[in-house]
Amino acid sequence: MEFWFTELHTPNVKFSVKVDKHLYTSENDLGRVDIFESPEFGRFLAVDGYIILTQRDEFIYDEMLAHVPMAVNPNVEKILVFGSGDGGVVRELLKYKTIKAIDLIEINEGVVQACRQYFPEMAESLDDPRVTIYTENALRFIRHIENEYDLIIVDSAGFYGPGESLLTREFYGSCYKALKADGIMVNQHQSPFYEEDRVETQKAHKRIVNNFPICRVYQAHIPSYPSGYWLFGFASKKFRPVIDLDAEAWNQLGIKTDYYTTNLHKGCFALPAYVERMLADVERIYD
Amino acid sequence: MDQRKAPVYEALQEFRRNRVVPFDVPGHKRGRGNPELVSLLGKQCVELDVNSMKPLDNLCHPISVIKEAEELAAEAFGAAHAFLMVGGTTSAVQTMVLTACKSGEKIILPRNVHRSVINALVVNGATPIYVNPDTDNRLGIALGMKISQVERAIEENPEAKAILVNNPTYYGICSNLKKIVEIAHEHGMMVLVDEAHGTHFYFGENMPLTAMASGADMSSVSMHKSGGSLTQSSFLLTGPDVSAGYVRQVINLTQTTSASYLLISSLDISRRNLALRGKELFAEVMRIADYARTEINKIGGYYAYGKELINGDSVFDFDPTKLTVYTLDIGLAGIEVYDLLRDEYDIQLELGDMGNVLAYISIGDRMREVERLVSALVDVKRRYSKDRSGLFDHEYINPSVVMTPQEAFYAPKEEMIPIRETNGRICTEFVMCYPPGIPILAPGERITQEIIDYILYAKEKGCQLTGPEDEKVERLNVIKESTTY
Repeated sequence: MEFWFTELHTPNVKFSVKVDKHLYTSENDLGRVDIFESPEFGRFLAVDGYIILTQRDEFIYDEMLAHVPMAVNPNVEKILVFGSGDGGVVRELLKYKTIKAIDLIEINEGVVQACRQYFPEMAESLDDPRVTIYTENALRFIRHIENEYDLIIVDSAGFYGPGESLLTREFYGSCYKALKADGIMVNQHQSPFYEEDRVETQKAHKRIVNNFPICRVYQAHIPSYPSGYWLFGFASKKFRPVIDLDAEAWNQLGIKTDYYTTNLHKGCFALPAYVERMLADVERIYD
Repeated sequence: MDQRKAPVYEALQEFRRNRVVPFDVPGHKRGRGNPELVSLLGKQCVELDVNSMKPLDNLCHPISVIKEAEELAAEAFGAAHAFLMVGGTTSAVQTMVLTACKSGEKIILPRNVHRSVINALVVNGATPIYVNPDTDNRLGIALGMKISQVERAIEENPEAKAILVNNPTYYGICSNLKKIVEIAHEHGMMVLVDEAHGTHFYFGENMPLTAMASGADMSSVSMHKSGGSLTQSSFLLTGPDVSAGYVRQVINLTQTTSASYLLISSLDISRRNLALRGKELFAEVMRIADYARTEINKIGGYYAYGKELINGDSVFDFDPTKLTVYTLDIGLAGIEVYDLLRDEYDIQLELGDMGNVLAYISIGDRMREVERLVSALVDVKRRYSKDRSGLFDHEYINPSVVMTPQEAFYAPKEEMIPIRETNGRICTEFVMCYPPGIPILAPGERITQEIIDYILYAKEKGCQLTGPEDEKVERLNVIKESTTY
């Protein structure tokens, strides 16, 4: 018997992972959550049929969301994280002793519960006393907050469905307002490769450019995501992501990583020509 | 009757199962002749786009499944008769007017009627007697009809055949319908209700009184607005003293003889949905609207109004599902907020006028979209709010009626006069802000400087103006000066 999980990366492209076991499934109005065991990617979590994380490559995604902004501003103390109910990003953030508080907004409590059971090595980070979990609508949580956070990390699950509100202009506007004068926001920024994803990448970039004075995009290789090529957004009120990196200071912290390095940090903002062009296309549209 | 039944829907399903070979119209033959139409609308939809035939009845003269669907609807709405309408609520409103009065007769109506009412007067030649609605000067919106004004209009025009009431208005304002019906009936006048925005009153709990429950003679109900049916489908309801046969004849004067079964079946299914689940559905709609009102009022600068507007007369009741937000205090006209939300936030509202925006909350809404709306309003305030000086906040202008809409529409006219030069002239056409589609000028009304200023201001603020022959609304047609009246 062969048991395969298949995700449509586009209507014309399928990505299939051979599965040993279907470990968990649950469904509510926020979507369907599934956890599988696979020989190649280890355990993996899918929401509404889309792979969110795999044990094999989550480190790339989580490290890139956490360490890039932390290396630019090591003085960050108060952080707001949207999504990431699996605890992966928080695990990376907790490697910094200087961080005082992490507020995590995960509307889908089911994700947190399932991850605590099936991905304890990631989710145990959520039990750290510095972490507070809110299961609330993200927009509702943030819209009245002002000048409160040093860093906001937006780990939206996808561009459609319940996570859609994390990709809107009103959301990025609220993030800007909730950040301090030297605040940084990083977000998952979709893949630039396939047409449908590209449109959303551009839309998100346009929305962020509209709100922040400094907006850059960086990249990573994530095998289990559509096209395997992924972008992240770095937006800030003051810090520039490459010029303001103090590589020596970060390396002295002695934080162990498997993907992130300060050399990679400098390189990951160097984008392919076609990506530069698609971003520039929306940067020129002012209102 | 068993409200679980949906006779037209069931007949269509049966029809599909029988795989009848079509040698009749429509010519696309279940979509086979038009593959792109099928890929746009889907096979199931196109297959049901059929013509009237014996098993599916005929809307012009219903005797089987459509008749049964109308009887079920009549019961669900508490009406003596219900007509399925496929020409929009416009056709229902026009049928009411054409049923109630004819050339030379009078009909009493509030000035803030939908264009469809005055259009019907252009067709039948009846004379409108306008009752100026009360207005809320702060919000700049027209309210309901005051009982004292209705009484005066009736006393001054005892020969009028009917009185038409907007209930609720676009903004959710209800008049004292029961009292109006009582006074009108005492004077032998029919009561026609434009209930386009009140479908849910018939199915939800703790809602304002419906036209049929208040004893009105005819009512037009936009099932496609709060009722969930397809756009352009509607119900016309009649009370016990109205001849259904005569109303059918009036409908058939202008109604298509090729009524769409997509529209007809959507009315049937939606009636069933609301009859079976309306209470819960509209309780949820009210909960969402209340939540949004509370959250928006917390922002500061916006005013999302509700039942506190009730004043016992011109605001006799308020539709709790309506979410209208007054925006002038953040220094933006409603239409400006409406445009910003659409262009910058990908949020489409129902309407923006001078001082307000209206977000339509209905049975398809979810909390997550409401959270977006509230947050977008917070962000609009943060990014765009201005000093409020220089903002026009008065929406309603009393009209000066010189001749009937029909006389003016067909009178010898001087065409395409630049709008700034029309002060004092008599307009022969409509000028409307859309939505809500309520005329600023109707045929036969005198143009004043105030009206010209208002039209120019509305254009400048980005309102969509419609009606005149000149589609840019830079010029108006007026009555020839030599003509004396």
